[in-house]
Amino acid sequence: MSEHLIARRDLDWHPQPLTPDYRSTTLRSPRHRRLHYTPTDTEMNGPTFGQHLIGPLDANLIVNYAQPGQEAIGPRIMIHGRLVDEDGRSIPRKLIEVWQANAGGRYRHKKDGYCAALDPNFGGCGRCLTDDNGYYAFQTIQPGPYPWPNGGNDWRPAHIHFSVFGDGFAQRLITQMYFEGDPHIRLCPIVHTIGCAKAIDSLVARLDMDATVPMDLRAYRFDIVLRGRGQTVFENKMEGL
Amino acid sequence: MATLKELPSQTAGPYVHIGCVPTCAGLEGMYNGHDLGGVMITGAPEGERMCLALEIMDGDGELVMDAMVEIWQPGPDGSFGPTAGFTHWGRQVTDCMNGIALFETLKPGRSAKQAPHILIWIAARGINLGLATRLYFPDEHNADDPVFRLAGNRAATMVGTKMEGGYHHAIHLQGEDETVFFDV
Repeated sequence: MSEHLIARRDLDWHPQPLTPDYRSTTLRSPRHRRLHYTPTDTEMNGPTFGQHLIGPLDANLIVNYAQPGQEAIGPRIMIHGRLVDEDGRSIPRKLIEVWQANAGGRYRHKKDGYCAALDPNFGGCGRCLTDDNGYYAFQTIQPGPYPWPNGGNDWRPAHIHFSVFGDGFAQRLITQMYFEGDPHIRLCPIVHTIGCAKAIDSLVARLDMDATVPMDLRAYRFDIVLRGRGQTVFENKMEGL
Repeated sequence: MATLKELPSQTAGPYVHIGCVPTCAGLEGMYNGHDLGGVMITGAPEGERMCLALEIMDGDGELVMDAMVEIWQPGPDGSFGPTAGFTHWGRQVTDCMNGIALFETLKPGRSAKQAPHILIWIAARGINLGLATRLYFPDEHNADDPVFRLAGNRAATMVGTKMEGGYHHAIHLQGEDETVFFDV
């Protein structure tokens, strides 16, 4: 059973469901406010994923779709950081999945018709489990900005999508990471579905020269925070597998 | 004492398949061709096997054909196990031809506190923060379930319909029949 608690989600920190400047929300946003209840066993538990599911190159997007001996084209980077909860506790051995466009801003997806070229050696997805300290790292190429149909001359800032699991399903989160200094961040209707500048800033990865590998790749630091346990904390043994 | 804030959500966008179900995006062979969550019954667990066919409708009543749907559910004994041969978790996309997300799973059991149910979580273009709802069963007693009761006269929007081999459920993102979604 789950005696531990989870902090209530701050729905005003997240984007509202209906954000008309991002047109796709118009017909896909519920009009009723979400009903709240104290998480049950269902939401306090969540799936666990074993290391055996993860291949040795899954977290290296530079090579994980490339032909043998070849690599994806684009600026070589590493994205790294810690997965923690709002109380600063590491969240070890959890699944993080990422996906992104290639260096030209083109996705390898049957529905992406942007004229930028596909890179035959770049698939655009990666995954890993956080280590025992909640640390993760991906090697990839920096994605390009790209135009998208939203009614005007809209371009997405360069970004990487993140899908993250915590200990309980209540912590499940999908978000996007942006790059420090990208002028498209302030122009993007999807970024600005988030109302709070500080919240937006928490999605911006910082150039990390300390972790940058000389003559190899630049590092960006991106710490991922999931919901915490609330005010009353009970230390619990690991549940599940 | 909280010192940090949860990262704000951003939409999973139209290309969520690349990251979460790459074979559906056309990345044949990625991760050895196995999409996580595609198979929930991995052994020979006890319990009633069932199909769950989910459809999602937008505010115009059009099928949402680009969503990623995850389910998380108790096992046949009403607990989260772990259950040998069963993952409790599945992930599918709404099919780009017929709009159906199809899960092959086990019927969840009742626990002391909750009626049989399945947590459903939806991420897609146009959804800014993943939508959580529940499926309840038309052939079970739901009235004592606290979450079911919380939904009041909208609780019927969480009840599936029986079909050959399992259950069908239509989720409405908007409109008169808007499904109950939860902040939990």
